[in-house]
Amino acid sequence: MHDLRAGPYLCLVPRTMLAQQLVNGVLLGATYALFALGFTLTFGVLRVVNLTYGFYFTAGAFLALWLTRHLGAPIWVALPVASVGAGLIAVVIDFLLLTRLRRKNAPELASLMVTIGGVLALYAGMTAWVGPDVQRLPPGLISAEAYDIAGLRITQAQILILVATAVLVAALLFLLRGTRLGLALRAMAERPDAAGLMGINTGRAAALVSFLSGLLAGAGGVLIGLNFNAIQPFMGESMMLRGFVVIIVGGLGDIRGALIAGLLLGVLEVLTAGYLASSLKEAVAFMILVAVLWTRPQGLFGTSTVRRA
Amino acid sequence: MMPAWLASDWTIPAGLDDFLWTYGHLINSLGINGLLALSMYVVLAVGQLSLGQAAFMGLGAYSSVLMTLTLKLPFYVVLPASCLVPVLFALAVGVPTLRLSGVYLAIATIGLGEVLRALYLNVDVFGGALGINGIPERAQTWMIFGMLILALLGLWLVGRSRIGRAMEAMREDATAAAVMGVNVPGYQLGALVASAVLAGIAGCLSAHQSSFIGPNEYGFEPAVTILSFALLGGIGTPVAPVVGAWILTLLPELLRGFSDLRLVFNGLIIVVAVLFLPHGLLGWRMRRRAA
Repeated sequence: MHDLRAGPYLCLVPRTMLAQQLVNGVLLGATYALFALGFTLTFGVLRVVNLTYGFYFTAGAFLALWLTRHLGAPIWVALPVASVGAGLIAVVIDFLLLTRLRRKNAPELASLMVTIGGVLALYAGMTAWVGPDVQRLPPGLISAEAYDIAGLRITQAQILILVATAVLVAALLFLLRGTRLGLALRAMAERPDAAGLMGINTGRAAALVSFLSGLLAGAGGVLIGLNFNAIQPFMGESMMLRGFVVIIVGGLGDIRGALIAGLLLGVLEVLTAGYLASSLKEAVAFMILVAVLWTRPQGLFGTSTVRRA
Repeated sequence: MMPAWLASDWTIPAGLDDFLWTYGHLINSLGINGLLALSMYVVLAVGQLSLGQAAFMGLGAYSSVLMTLTLKLPFYVVLPASCLVPVLFALAVGVPTLRLSGVYLAIATIGLGEVLRALYLNVDVFGGALGINGIPERAQTWMIFGMLILALLGLWLVGRSRIGRAMEAMREDATAAAVMGVNVPGYQLGALVASAVLAGIAGCLSAHQSSFIGPNEYGFEPAVTILSFALLGGIGTPVAPVVGAWILTLLPELLRGFSDLRLVFNGLIIVVAVLFLPHGLLGWRMRRRAA
C-alpha cells in the first residue's frame, strides 16, 4: 500500500528539531487541507459523501505520471493539466453515478452506496489496467536540492506544494465569496430546491462543483505523488482516511474548518511519526476522528447540526 | 443386517472425499460469506450503512487467533469470545455516530477499516504484512453452517416479531418511527452490535479454517464486497442477502478467466443495484400478522 513513511521528511527525524518538524507538518497538512477541501465542497453543496473522490486523487497522480514520463512535460505543465484532467473525469463520473439519484431526490445513503460501488470498480479497473505496483515519477522532475532558510531545510517540492496550495485555496475562496457563481453555489448549499426556483441551473452547478472538487483532488494527488514519489492505483484510498478525519474535525461542508483541520492533522502526524512511532500515524488520525465524534460531532468550529426526530 | 454405509464406521465415500477436498474451501466460504451478508443485513435493515463489516471480521479473526495461539484456549471458548473485541469497537464507533445522520456511521466505519489495516501492518503482535501463519484448522464445515442456520433462524424470528416491524418502520422513515414510540437509537445500536457479533464470529471461523490471516483481507475491498452481497440479494428477508452472497461467491469460480475484474464486477453490482434494483434480486418482504 501507499506508504507515507517513505517520505523525504523522515530523514530529518533524528535531528528532532521541533521547528523543522512543524514546517514539515504544515506542508504535509497543506496537501491534506487541499485534498479535503474538494471533499467538503462536494458534501456542502451537493449533500453527497462522494467516495469516488479518492479516485480523482489517484487519477491526478497517474495523469501527471503519464504526462511527465511519456510526453516529457515539466512539472509546471503537468500539475495544472493533470488537475484539470482529474476535474473532467470527476464531472463524467458524477454524471454517470449521481444524476439519476439527484433527480429522484434519493436519500443520502443511497448516493453514498453508489459511490462506494463506483470507486471500488474504478480502483480495481485501474489496478487491472496499470498493475498494482508503485510507480515513480521520472527522476530530475523537480530538483532534490533543498534550501536552507534560517536553519530550516525546505525542498523545492515543498515550496511547490506551498505555492500551489495557496494559489488554489485563494482561487477557490475568491470564487465562492467574490463571484456570482459562488453566490449560486452557496445558495445551493443552503437550500437546493429554493436555489433551483431562483433560476440557478442546478445541474450545471453540480457539474461545476464536481469539476472543482476533482481538480483539487487531482492537484493533491500530483503534489503528494511528487512529495513521496510513490504512485499506485489505491493511493487515493489511504488518503480518504485523512479526508474523513479532516472534514469531520473541521465540520462537514465547512471550508475554513477543513483548512485548519488539515493543517492540524499534518502537524500531528509528523509529530507522532517523529516523537512516538510512524506506525501510529493512522491510529492517531482515527483517534482524533472518534474523539471529535464523541465530544464535538458538529466539528471543532461548527454549530450544532445534530438531527433530532 | 446393518446397511453397508452405516457399518463402515463413517468413512466418507471416495467420490465425496474428492469432492470435499476440491471444493471444501469453497463450501466453507459460502457459509462464512453468508454470515457476513447477514451481518450487513442487520445494519441495513434499520436503515443505516456500516462499512465496518470487514473490520469487525478482522478484529474477530485477529483476536481469536491470538487467543488460540498465545493463550492456547480451546475453540469452544475462542469462538464465542471472538465477538468481544468487535463489539467493543462497534460501541466505540456506534455510540457517538448513531446520534447523527447516517453518513457519520458510514464514514467512521470506513475509517475504522483503514486504521486497523495500518495497525495490523505495523504492530508486531499482528505479524505485519506477512500476517499470521499456522493457525490450527479447528473450524469444521458443520460449525460454519450451524452458525449460519442459527443466525438465519434468529434473524427470521426477530424479523417476524414487533422488533422486525420497528426495524422496517425505521428503515422507511426514522422520524415517523420515532414519533410512533420506536426507540430508534437503541435499535440502531443494537443492530450494529449484532452485526459486529456476526462478523466477529465469521472472522474467527474463517481464520480457523484457512490457517492464515493477513492485513489486506479485512480492508476496503472486502468491506465493499460484503455490501454487494446484501445489495444484490436485497434486504427484504434474511435469506435474500445470503443468496446474494452465494451468487457472488460462486460466480468468480465459474468465471475464472476474469479474476482481475472480480472486484470491478462487485463494485458495478452495487451501482446497478442501487440505481435500478433497489429491492435486490429477492425483493419480497417478510409477512407478519397484523398487530
